[in-house]
Amino acid sequence: MSRLIADIRGLSVHFGEHLIVDGIDFSIQENEILALVGESGCGKSTVALSLLRLLPDKGCTVAGKVLLGGRDILTVPENELNDLRGSAVSIIFQDPSTALNPVWSIGSQIVETLRRHRNISAKAARRQAIDLLDLVAIPDPHRRIDDFPHQFSGGMRQRVMIAMAISCNPRLLVADEPTTALDVTTQAQVLELLDKLRRDLSMSILLITHDLSLVADWADRVVVMYGGQICESAPTRSLFSAPFHPYTQCLLASIPPLSGGPTHRTGRLFEGPSAGVVTASAAGCRYAARCDRAEASCLSAKPAIFSVGAGSHLAACPVVKPSVSLAATVI
Amino acid sequence: MPHVLSSSPVCPLPLLSFENVEVVYGQARERRKALDRVSFAIEAGETLALVGESGSGKSTLAKAAIGLVPISSGTIRLDGVDLAQRHRSVRALRSRMQMVFQDSGSALNPLQTIQRILETPLKIRGVPRPERLARIAEALEQVNLPTSILTRYPHALSGGQKQRVGIARVLLLKPEILVLDEPVSSLDISMQAQVLNLLADLQDRHRFAYLFISHDMRSVNFLSDRVAVLYLGRIVELADRAALQANPLHPYTRLLFESIPGQGRRHIELPSTEASGTETANTGCRFHKRCPLVTSLCREIEPNLHVTGHDHFVACHHAQTEQVASARVSRRAVNDLRAI
Amino acid sequence: MLALLKKAYLNNSLVSGATLLSVLAAVIIVAPFLYPGDPQSMVAPALIRPGEDARYILGTDGLGHDLTAELMHGAGISVMIGIGSVTVGVFVGTIIGAIGGYFGGLVDDLLTRLTELFQTVPTFLLVMALVCVFEPSLVVIIAAIAATSWVSVARITRAQFRTLRQRDYVLAARTLGYSDARIIVVEILPNAIAPIVANISLMIASAILLESALSFIGLGDPNVVSWGSMIAEGRDYMRSDWYLIAIPGAAIAATVFAFNLVGDGLNHVLNARASS
Repeated sequence: MSRLIADIRGLSVHFGEHLIVDGIDFSIQENEILALVGESGCGKSTVALSLLRLLPDKGCTVAGKVLLGGRDILTVPENELNDLRGSAVSIIFQDPSTALNPVWSIGSQIVETLRRHRNISAKAARRQAIDLLDLVAIPDPHRRIDDFPHQFSGGMRQRVMIAMAISCNPRLLVADEPTTALDVTTQAQVLELLDKLRRDLSMSILLITHDLSLVADWADRVVVMYGGQICESAPTRSLFSAPFHPYTQCLLASIPPLSGGPTHRTGRLFEGPSAGVVTASAAGCRYAARCDRAEASCLSAKPAIFSVGAGSHLAACPVVKPSVSLAATVI
Repeated sequence: MPHVLSSSPVCPLPLLSFENVEVVYGQARERRKALDRVSFAIEAGETLALVGESGSGKSTLAKAAIGLVPISSGTIRLDGVDLAQRHRSVRALRSRMQMVFQDSGSALNPLQTIQRILETPLKIRGVPRPERLARIAEALEQVNLPTSILTRYPHALSGGQKQRVGIARVLLLKPEILVLDEPVSSLDISMQAQVLNLLADLQDRHRFAYLFISHDMRSVNFLSDRVAVLYLGRIVELADRAALQANPLHPYTRLLFESIPGQGRRHIELPSTEASGTETANTGCRFHKRCPLVTSLCREIEPNLHVTGHDHFVACHHAQTEQVASARVSRRAVNDLRAI
Repeated sequence: MLALLKKAYLNNSLVSGATLLSVLAAVIIVAPFLYPGDPQSMVAPALIRPGEDARYILGTDGLGHDLTAELMHGAGISVMIGIGSVTVGVFVGTIIGAIGGYFGGLVDDLLTRLTELFQTVPTFLLVMALVCVFEPSLVVIIAAIAATSWVSVARITRAQFRTLRQRDYVLAARTLGYSDARIIVVEILPNAIAPIVANISLMIASAILLESALSFIGLGDPNVVSWGSMIAEGRDYMRSDWYLIAIPGAAIAATVFAFNLVGDGLNHVLNARASS
């Protein structure tokens, strides 16, 4: 087993009285792309922010451990925090146009990031910034370094963000919906770039997305979240060929086929179960309210996560037996 | 249900047609063509999907059709009537075409209850209150919403419910054409299926014509009969969905299809540049900077949309070669061709 | 709505401002009962200092007017001018801003130029000029102040309409065949109102200041007493009897402060709602 880059233990996040993340455990291994998937509101972005301790102090309580290289980023003192952010972990966000300051050239923004973390001269930092832009495949970096964010297209801006994020050689890059704001052709380019950087710089990537087809193409392992809980976690191939948890099965079946399959003249798309027979309780499985296989036991206790198959395929549903898991027909 | 090309023995006019429509934004030096000589036609009961990336002009096209954006040249006809006329009857005609917006939340006034949102369009048309309520109840039933939501405000509804309210609101006006501007792209995947199924049912029931704007080829596969691919304001390919899927002719269409995730990870030959509006000023084919098949011809002369297969149109110098001989054009496609 | 009230209650500046304003309102209401008749009648010997005579708590001025009576009656006049001019200003400003912002194009260009014209002329000079041309009466003063105060409302409203007209629900209203008037009044205006409302109390404050300044230089309505005219009259005794200026001055300052507090608080509460 390869080295752990990040180990998340019992992470819980409350916003006021609302429990957004409900005691989740997962780990990220060296040089892998781990996808964290779920629908909007499932808490996946909150997890991303807590990995960098970026959640607001006010009104937000975080419990548990986020171990990065053996240190818990949730408890390290402020001065070490800056070191960890950058060299241990960094993040890119969905919308690259709001993450860049429009009044500074991209070069000066990269240089500033570099000099904040490293003790180097302005000249050296600029040289390095050009190298970084070259690394993220921005054509003609010598010229483009003095351009302003608005002179770049959406995909190019996301590349600039990636360049800034990898400027301190992080062990882990958190990519929060990195391509959602981009066109499909650009999306493919950006993901290809991320994958290449992962290999070249031997870093790990936590890919946070709602798009399962992206996950199928790019992730090594997948963690599926629903309502702040982890439903299932498995190697990508295993998850797509034998989804175990009812929610995962529903998610996979919901992806419309790219060709063939039902059309509006011939059939209907899979809609998933309509509202289940029970109402969810705070104590039990969050998916129970939508689940067509929910039983009384689902409501009483939070389902424990257990191994359901070969390798590290884990799921948190005591109702479904491993033998009945569907063979995946989608994608 | 098999797709019937025409239910009428007489050659009818298309329900909606675009003939060389252009939309120009900005003034003088900063003029930018958002739509460039766009022509197509839709008949009752069929779905034409418009696909393309941001900057392709697909939203502009939707807004031009519905009258939110003035067109600079060309003609949009509804039932043969030029919509540019400023006549009272044209305004009445316009309400036969309605739009479903992309962001279900922002298309509903946040300060009004659902009741008020649904009632106003009928009220301004002088429908008496009892009939208004009856029609609202009927429309809600068609979109599978309970009447209990009438007293709520938009923020209290889920994304899928809001989109259904948006659909119910246009159903009230008994339209014939619906312009669907990315109707599911802001929804979670399970909601998407519900709304797409609903749209399919409604089309089946009312013989709606859909102008379905989307960037998601998976929903296009489900809902469309024909597909038009837009690139920087121009239709570069127009064909039956199945024909386009089986045999995409334009290099951009191929790139679009290949880029869709979920087809297995593999290396795609991707052009290093992206589409941007500024490129239109150049001569020649607007895709030539990104095109793997580019020749000097492409840099100098812009290809026109021409027929290459059965109702299959493409605007590429290099897609015409072997198939011209077998090109067949159905009666329906004549409508498309007339303007080209 | 309840949540909004709760938030308003929790907002310190709004609560303290509102408290001050209710004191002011109480003063205005009881003034005619406590001091019936013209406050500008000689009731006592001149220049009684505050606290010297229990009947004239705040003393008397150089002409033997009861300062307490003048102050309380003046409050009504000041606030009336403030509210009156702002009502007119908001009405005019909202219409001009809404029309320009909604329709855009040539109409907007013309209205924007007009707004800019008013904006470039110094406010006080414009008010002075208008009052000088006509007779200084309450109506003229209100109109003159309104002529300057609509500008800020028009600018805020126009900016709001420029953004809101692009919203999907406004586009939807257009595709559903709503008339322009309905879209402006029913669809956009209720969504645009928050910053206008927040601005109102600040406008009242500045209108009260403007009126005081007018009265101070002798351009107030000579038939009524206002805080500004009280200061003007006290000016001659400034060296010896400073309280003649200090008392109405403090009243103006407190009122303006109260309106500013309310404006600030409203801004906070309403904007928080808009962003949530």
